[in-house]
Amino acid sequence: MAVHTINLIYLVSATLFMLGIKYLSSPRTAKMGNLLSMIGMAAAIGATLATPGIHGFTLIIIGVVIGTLIGGYAAIKVKMTAMPEMVALFNGCGGAASALVALAEFQGNSTGFDSFTLLTLLLSLIIGGLTFTGSVMAYAKLQGMVSTRPVTYPGQQVFNGVIVLATVALSWFLFQDPGNILVLSSITVLSLGLGVLAVLPIGGADMPVIICLLNAYSGLAVSMTGFALSNNALIITGSLVGASGIFLTKIMCDAMNRSLANVLFSAFGKVDKSLAATGEIPAGTMKGYEVEDVATILANAGSLIIVPGYGMAAAQAQHATRELADYLGEQGVEVRYAIHPVAGRMPGHMNVLLAEADVPYEQLFAMDDINDDFAATDVVLVIGANDVVNPAAKTNPSSPIYGMPVLDVEKARTVIVLKRSLNVGFAGIENELFSMDNTRMLFGDARASLQKLLAALKK
Amino acid sequence: MDTGTIIIGLTMFVLACFAGAELIAKVPPTLHTPLMSGSNAISGIAILGALLATGHPESFNSISVIGFLAVIFATINVVGGYMVTHRMLQMFKK
Repeated sequence: MAVHTINLIYLVSATLFMLGIKYLSSPRTAKMGNLLSMIGMAAAIGATLATPGIHGFTLIIIGVVIGTLIGGYAAIKVKMTAMPEMVALFNGCGGAASALVALAEFQGNSTGFDSFTLLTLLLSLIIGGLTFTGSVMAYAKLQGMVSTRPVTYPGQQVFNGVIVLATVALSWFLFQDPGNILVLSSITVLSLGLGVLAVLPIGGADMPVIICLLNAYSGLAVSMTGFALSNNALIITGSLVGASGIFLTKIMCDAMNRSLANVLFSAFGKVDKSLAATGEIPAGTMKGYEVEDVATILANAGSLIIVPGYGMAAAQAQHATRELADYLGEQGVEVRYAIHPVAGRMPGHMNVLLAEADVPYEQLFAMDDINDDFAATDVVLVIGANDVVNPAAKTNPSSPIYGMPVLDVEKARTVIVLKRSLNVGFAGIENELFSMDNTRMLFGDARASLQKLLAALKK
Repeated sequence: MDTGTIIIGLTMFVLACFAGAELIAKVPPTLHTPLMSGSNAISGIAILGALLATGHPESFNSISVIGFLAVIFATINVVGGYMVTHRMLQMFKK
């Protein structure tokens, strides 16, 4: 196929990708959008395979089959609650691919590059490499294979700074001697190490930001590969993905009223030693209530707002939540859901889980759209959410989360909180909501509690 | 690489960044997870580079091996990404 024809097909692909994202603006058209995006990808792959002088089809086919089997199996098997770590892992694979393509280019051209090509290849290698290991770390943290708490040690930031400087210095060496395998290997190892070291000190609750950022990185790496190969499809598509990742990162940071630098470097959520020693927060007047008491409150409610958090995902309680909400709805209770932007472990995590449980999306409300309604609501049911409903964010200037926009649940007549135990929330800070006069705590696994509540209501 | 090619590339890069930001701003929070996994699948476009790297050598060598690994990783990204996105979007049917 002529090069011009291939470039035209790449243009069609890029257009389909953009249409795909455009169609994501409504749940009705979203599936169509994903389909268009797939067609764009298939077209781009087909055109590339028709590039003059392509050999090794056997190897390519074997690779594609292996990748399809692994990716397909993972995509079918993954639970909706584990979606954040799955997306992180897929994203890491994209980063690894960019880094490997850069390595292959280095390997294939020992005669030297012009400085622009060399620079973009290096960036593709470094960004791709750290995206790979960073994403694997994010996966391990979300799976609980590595502590979800920030991992810190003395001199951590200095150490990481030295690694960055070493990477820059070695890159400079590579410009002098582009064929130097030892320098190239060292840069590869350092970039892989950087991904691990950068994600270690970041707590699980900040993972929404990190997953968005890694997404942006993988896009950027693709763009850099595109520059090096003069491939338009890679440049355009990579920057689309990069922009999407950066945009979501910003939304997440704004929702927590924190800067990106604060998320990356402050080891937020590191447990205070004094709190960790006692193992629980000063309980105040907080006390647990019985299922029957809580069921009575629900039975007498006219309006209910459900506030889900990561605890609902962890307990796989989305179906039990919908069953309870359905029953109350049949009894004439007005049921709505309030979704905080950073509830869960990735943007829109709660929405996906509730959609899985067949909750109509018309019942889901973003924080800004529902926050004024809490004052006029009979009952708020908080399921496994903590920091996003902590009034200290509004009232206590010394709180680490002070200034973060939160849901005004305490303004409702009664607040029911389903919580696994008395332990502190992810940010490692106490929540005065739990000891307020209008709060009723119901301790236990969220799913079990919801099922017991439903049984008690039906009695 | 000649300067003209570089400038055309940079032009596309900048314009696509702005186009991307505009498109994404219109995606409602409800669909942010499918947006992430969908754009993640798109970033599997790195597969084009992987295909070219694997297909270039006249005979099997170290580059073929690196390219082969890149094809596997990129395919996982593309296939897995699109399939989970499809799975999620199917749930938003009502």
